[in-house]
Amino acid sequence: MQLECPIPKFDFDVITLGHGSGGLLTHQLLKSGVFDILKNELLDQQHDGASFMLNGPVAFSSDSYVITPAFFPGGNIGELAINGTVNDLAMCGASPKYLSLAFIIEEGLATDEFRQILVSIKEAAQRAGVKIVTGDTKVVEKGKGDKLFINTSGIGLIHPKADIHHKNIEPGDKIIISGNIATHGIAIMSVRKGLEFESAIESDTTNLNRTIENLLDHFGNDIKFLRDPTRGGVASVLNEIAELISLGFVIDQRSLPVDEQVEGACEMLGLDPLYVANEGVFMAVVKNEMAEDMVSLLQKDENGRNATIIGEVVTDHPGKVIMKSRIGGRRVVNYLAGEQLPRIC
Amino acid sequence: MKFLSEYRGPELVKKYLEQIFHVTTKRWKLMEICGGQTHSLVKNGILDMLPGQITMVHGPGCPVCVTPVSIIDEAIYLSQQPGIIVCSFGDMLRVPGSRKSLLGTKAEGADVRILYSPLDAVRLAKENPGKEIVFFAVGFETTAPANALSIVQAHQSGINNYSILASHVLVPPAMEALLSDDANEIDAFLAAGHVCTIMGMEEYYPIAEKYKTPVVITGFEPVDLLQGILLAVQQLEKGEYKVENQYARYVQREGNRLAKETMMEVFAVSDRVWRGIGNIPQSGYEVNEQYKQYNARVKFKLNLPVAEENKDCISGDIMKGLKKPFQCPNFSMSCKPEHPLGAPMVSSEGACAAYYHYASAKEQEEII
Repeated sequence: MQLECPIPKFDFDVITLGHGSGGLLTHQLLKSGVFDILKNELLDQQHDGASFMLNGPVAFSSDSYVITPAFFPGGNIGELAINGTVNDLAMCGASPKYLSLAFIIEEGLATDEFRQILVSIKEAAQRAGVKIVTGDTKVVEKGKGDKLFINTSGIGLIHPKADIHHKNIEPGDKIIISGNIATHGIAIMSVRKGLEFESAIESDTTNLNRTIENLLDHFGNDIKFLRDPTRGGVASVLNEIAELISLGFVIDQRSLPVDEQVEGACEMLGLDPLYVANEGVFMAVVKNEMAEDMVSLLQKDENGRNATIIGEVVTDHPGKVIMKSRIGGRRVVNYLAGEQLPRIC
Repeated sequence: MKFLSEYRGPELVKKYLEQIFHVTTKRWKLMEICGGQTHSLVKNGILDMLPGQITMVHGPGCPVCVTPVSIIDEAIYLSQQPGIIVCSFGDMLRVPGSRKSLLGTKAEGADVRILYSPLDAVRLAKENPGKEIVFFAVGFETTAPANALSIVQAHQSGINNYSILASHVLVPPAMEALLSDDANEIDAFLAAGHVCTIMGMEEYYPIAEKYKTPVVITGFEPVDLLQGILLAVQQLEKGEYKVENQYARYVQREGNRLAKETMMEVFAVSDRVWRGIGNIPQSGYEVNEQYKQYNARVKFKLNLPVAEENKDCISGDIMKGLKKPFQCPNFSMSCKPEHPLGAPMVSSEGACAAYYHYASAKEQEEII
């Protein structure tokens, strides 16, 4: 993406404890970095917080980003931090408006890397149409952090037609997935230290708010529930909802969209794509009669090309998720217990 | 995916199922040796599709499950020593030792790393000359060649800060131990395809002959398993006991010569204690005398007290095929993947984990 103006350079190579002291170095870091790169009229006020007007019901969400490594195929921690909170708001049926941005930097982070992350943040915010209006920067001693942690919180206006709540889910409703699953998790794993393997798989991290807004414009409250299945993957989200609503889910293994390379990597590592983390993907529970139309609309969207119906809501086995296997068998899909660990052989 | 999707097709599955129903006239108990096979059977819902007369019992072929508490304690002890980095395959980390797991000591600050290959551990040793790198070498005959190769490589490159903590186990002695147990009811074996890819078929002829038990070397995909079951049932119905090779796309009679030579260069056959089963003579590999400087037990003079297995865990009965996970009173009650009593609940190949994660709704209701 073309930037509006050249990005200023820092006049120091690494970030040190002094940059978090609140003194002159902090001022330099913010002035020549954060403010210049992310500038907008609300941030430029440089107060302790941002003041603004919002008319109507709002959604508010917060998330922290601690991903290792900070740079991965298809993105970095910066855009992830924006997309993540933007998407959490979108899943509430809200159009994200304003974000806060807080850094915890481990001493020694190269300023070049920090700048790259800031630029990604700026670009991601522009794509999503959100403004970063307040923030914080702290620096911790070497060894007390993992390069860089980011927290973003965001506020968004609820779409006038949206009524996203698990209580709206009824038997017969369909479950839609917006795209290929497990891509992000496998992209990260392919570069994780000690576990590297060669692949061309890139994270699909992106902002989903415009896709969701379009869906809500067309289908309003026929969209009963939205969730982006990040950590824990699709399986964990389905279990969580099934338990909340005391209804069952049946999903069909054959309909689960997984990129062939990602599936191959999962086979090799002994991981189940249903439990692998996702980014640019969301799940929707929708009214049965409208499901096909929604999938058609989604397939015209760049974030929904592989959208498909993966299952439905049933009254049998309340609280449980059952999957029909490729060969016609049935099995329970359970919560992920702890971290998915690669297998021996 | 080539060589995978062909073996997952519903049409072939249907064809083999029909044939299995057609040939089965009596009740048979088949044991699949490998935990990978167990998982595939449960995950694909195959157990519910088979004729009622066929019972699949799940064998001891999960390397994580059979690693005794004492060896996990050794790995934990090593990880707690200053200057040592313990490397392991991922699924060993959650398995409980007598007091904690490797994941527990990692959380306390021990340097424990997950690797996919022992060769990465050798590289780590080269990059960290000031540290001692210990690879927790767990596995059946399948992982032994790579672990042996890591020692050969370290030796050739003059790397002295590398060693392995071997917990290698062998399939044929375990099969014999199971068959010579009077309580066993196993009518036929589905032998582990990957193990035989390395070792070949020769070792199984005397077992089939001596115990008059069919052995079908079998793969891991639904079609593989159903074809293996069909071949075994056909033999049983005819009163035969041959060694057959369902997994011929990988398994050759003589196995992988190069892999076997590398193993023989570095390892010697030794007695080995199996979790829940006990000592089985000549059932494992230990680093041999010639390469003892790469044996972590020798290098760090390990001499820990023998730890007791958790008495509440019936993993021995599970792995001998005497009980199903659902028959354990602790299954999904006090024993769950997040707080396991024994390894079969946490290993990616463990029978209890397979039932916990994938068992059909019908089976799950039976537990409750």
